[in-house]
Amino acid sequence: MIDFLRQFFSDPRFQSGYDGIWQRISEHCWYSLIAFLCAAAIGLPLALLTGHIGRGDGPIAALAAVGRAMPSLGLIVLLAVKIGVFNFNAALIPLVALAVPPILLTTHEGLRAVERSVVDAARGMGMRPLQVLFRVEIPSALPLILSGLRTAAVQVVATTTIAAVISFGGLGRYVVDGLSQYQYYQVVGGGFLVVLLSVATLILFSVITRLAVSPGLRRNR
Amino acid sequence: MIAASVFDLPSYVQHSYLGLLGEQLEVSLGATLGGLLVSLPIGQACARWRLLYPPVLGLVTVAYSIPSLALFVFLIDYTGITDTTLFIALALYSLCILVPGVVDGIRTVPPEVKLAADAMGYGPARRYFQVELPIAAPTIMAAVRVATVSSISLMSIGAVIGNLGGFGQLFTTGLRSFNLSLVWLGLFSLVVLALLCDVLLRLAQRLMTPWADRRSARA
Repeated sequence: MIDFLRQFFSDPRFQSGYDGIWQRISEHCWYSLIAFLCAAAIGLPLALLTGHIGRGDGPIAALAAVGRAMPSLGLIVLLAVKIGVFNFNAALIPLVALAVPPILLTTHEGLRAVERSVVDAARGMGMRPLQVLFRVEIPSALPLILSGLRTAAVQVVATTTIAAVISFGGLGRYVVDGLSQYQYYQVVGGGFLVVLLSVATLILFSVITRLAVSPGLRRNR
Repeated sequence: MIAASVFDLPSYVQHSYLGLLGEQLEVSLGATLGGLLVSLPIGQACARWRLLYPPVLGLVTVAYSIPSLALFVFLIDYTGITDTTLFIALALYSLCILVPGVVDGIRTVPPEVKLAADAMGYGPARRYFQVELPIAAPTIMAAVRVATVSSISLMSIGAVIGNLGGFGQLFTTGLRSFNLSLVWLGLFSLVVLALLCDVLLRLAQRLMTPWADRRSARA
């Protein structure tokens, strides 16, 4: 496999230009970022609302189960055939659909798991509902909220690879093109870069968690 | 002819509907079972030696973040474009869900129950199978359900690397032939299959551990 990687990184075709590594990486990051932000913009406010008022346990659990069962490849292909293989929405919508359930579920459960006595104390101190949400509930639930965001981000980065099955770029291009051209080194190179990118996402989120979460909440293992 | 049902696939799919269903069930359920058999001893070890758990958890989380397509591709080098490739990858992914499930499950066993079993003369193996495992079962089964559902839907990505991936093949052939009904059929079959397995496992768990509190069994 090392040999394949060496061959991939020394191929001038991938050094620069349209099929260059940096071009593909930036496409990949760009697609993932858009999908992730859309998912967060949908999932977070909704889950903050349901978690704060403490309703909707059942529907959110059901939505998460359906979301887990939904195959992204199927959705991408379906949308590609329906609205056209060059329509970016065909790649975006499945990625958003993939990322919303984990964000929704963990944020909701995070808020629900905040100790009731703490919320009561905050209310007793005269905080208004929004103050309770932003100054007590969200900070206490932050580790879980961030873990949901992390799961979603990593899954989006990993699944953006599939956007290449229809007409889009990103690192999946190497995998799909390599498979159809029988150039195994290209496939391995693309796969390797995606792994690097998802591990980088994982590290990014662990750094954010370290910085954002209050030290008092850090789990003592 | 109206008699041609949706389950009669066009010849270019190269499989019958039942063939796809069989492949799908065999690989995804087999991989979850394989993952469970591996994660039971790992989880037991992590529950006993606490220091072991954080590194193991980190390792399976990183393994889970490897994109499925990339992992399939790396494995082609060793196992070729076969179902074995999908099996290994899916089993590896299931560890990320199953190992924490097993550890949490084993930790729900109250220490006094273990002491009572010891006092009644249970040996370590018998105590494990007749006392600890049944008490941990609801939590473990919740993890098994999540792992099963995700491996069923993840497996479809295998269709990108070749004529694999069970119902996933309906997506790739559907895209190639612009046959939307194939894609719908694949999507529908996968979601129904996943939810059906979820319900069946929940039922099995209730039959196995009828004493379990319903709330604790929720994922």
